[in-house]
Amino acid sequence: MIKRRRAPATHAARTAALFLGALTAAALLASVLMPDAAATLDLSYRRAAPSLSHWFGTDELGRDVFVRVLNGARVSLAIGLLSALLSAALGTAIGVTAGYARRWIDDVLMRFTDAMLSVPRLPLLMIAAAILQPGVPLLVLMVGAVGWMETARVVRAEVQSIATRDFVTAARGIGASPARVVWRHVLPGVVPTVSVATTLAVGRGILLESALSFFGVGVQPPTASWGNMLYQAQTTMMTEPWLALFPGAFIFLTVLACNSVSARRDAGPRPVLAHTGRRTQLERITPLS
Amino acid sequence: MGDREVAVSALRFIARRVVQSVPLLFVISLLVFALIHAAPGGPLALYLDNPNVRPEDIARLRHAMGLDRSLPEQYLAWLAAFVRGDWGYSYADGRPVLSRIIERIPATLELVGTSTLVALAVSLATGIAASVHRGVDRAATLATIAGISLPVFWFGLMLQIVFANTLGWFPSSGRASFGATGFADRVAHLILPAAVLASVHAAAWSRYLRTAMGEALRRAYVRAARARGLRESSVILGHALPNALAPFITVVLLDASIMVSGAVVTESVFAWPGVGSLFTESLAKRDYTVLMALLLCGSAAVIVLNLVADLVVRAIDPRVRESS
Repeated sequence: MIKRRRAPATHAARTAALFLGALTAAALLASVLMPDAAATLDLSYRRAAPSLSHWFGTDELGRDVFVRVLNGARVSLAIGLLSALLSAALGTAIGVTAGYARRWIDDVLMRFTDAMLSVPRLPLLMIAAAILQPGVPLLVLMVGAVGWMETARVVRAEVQSIATRDFVTAARGIGASPARVVWRHVLPGVVPTVSVATTLAVGRGILLESALSFFGVGVQPPTASWGNMLYQAQTTMMTEPWLALFPGAFIFLTVLACNSVSARRDAGPRPVLAHTGRRTQLERITPLS
Repeated sequence: MGDREVAVSALRFIARRVVQSVPLLFVISLLVFALIHAAPGGPLALYLDNPNVRPEDIARLRHAMGLDRSLPEQYLAWLAAFVRGDWGYSYADGRPVLSRIIERIPATLELVGTSTLVALAVSLATGIAASVHRGVDRAATLATIAGISLPVFWFGLMLQIVFANTLGWFPSSGRASFGATGFADRVAHLILPAAVLASVHAAAWSRYLRTAMGEALRRAYVRAARARGLRESSVILGHALPNALAPFITVVLLDASIMVSGAVVTESVFAWPGVGSLFTESLAKRDYTVLMALLLCGSAAVIVLNLVADLVVRAIDPRVRESS
């Protein structure tokens, strides 16, 4: 029952994957080849406009903005990727439990999911960050902890549908334990959905982290992150616009790339729920407005 | 079903959904309460850092505010007061939280209302056009993916640099010039922040509508309508669109909850004096009573609008009505 359509945006997806790969490589290379470059001050060369020697210009302390953007990439990509994996794991665990266990466990888990979906995500994170004053590892946990709900919902719906299929009944009939049925027969069926939700979550995680840092409650200086570079650029943005232009452009391009990679997969074989014949629910994209 | 039965089943549905939202609000209120009390120093953190506040003053405040009671007691007292409409006083300026929020609502309504109308018009137009024209679809897909990937704060800053500082077409921030009362002045202030909000929402909404339209257009009733020789416009607008509207309406209504919780990012970037700016100002001052109230209001708005969306969908879509 899986309909296959040709993915329309393969070219864009390839470009997006290439961009993400290049960015990751550049960020890692930069920290290996010039570990101190981001902190190098050049007070004789402060607030310089972009030029051949400083591609993205320099900031108020004479630090090279290009190097800082690459350093920020490490933080942003790490938080985006790790928080998305955490969200995927939480969402799958909760979705599978709710969908397979049914009855009151399902009710409790889904009420909790609904509650978490109702709280405005960014304000909740901002308050939590203001209180906890997190470092990067805690930020990963926090962003991951507010991103699992959509995954849990679609996974639950799919599990409920898969659980009624003949091969599941057969597995149960020959005496397989619930854990084995879930692991061998149910989980493989939710992999496509989870992978789409996860790539979307990477982009969302990067946006959330940069928003937190932009409001001064996320990654703290001197560690460079795209969000806190923008935060610092705000005051001098009229005279040194490059300080605001480049970090933000990288947030935009990276999130765009994450969304394009998943958009291709989403347009590909989107699984049809076997039981109802409906396609899996499209994930709601909540803009951080 | 007769009219009476329809009305009864609708009422039943509403009652069931309202009953379902109560535990939801309860869970959220627990979450919010726990969050504030997880703060080192609790709700009085602001005073702990202040050298002018003596330890005995802190103790007095702690007692006066009931912070020396057990957490469950505090929670129940806070919840009871909140339900009665007594939302406490702002730590920052001592004024009632409720009136601080209410005075910010008109500005937020003005901004979010305008941007929502614009975004609705844009997303309906692109969603429909994209579902009938391949070229429009390609362009719209690109534009919408770009739109949902935009970091709003950066987009706002860029518009300020280009349109306010370089070109000088619009003021860069605020809701009105000092001392100015003219309508044109108000509109000029509204344009940039409304454009930012409208772009991100139009992108998300039109993507949603496009997907729903695509699915509706593949259904048998559309083939049947075409087979009957109906004009393409009436196939699209009369048959596909009404069936694609339900998810679209739900998304629009849920996103419209920022009418209550405020467009936090946009309002802050443009110094727009609405609920969203109140949130960031209160965050900077660790004004927890205001933050708690705002977070609860925002969540309640989502729950209420979710209920409204379900009712609207039920009203316009007989399939939903039959299955419930």
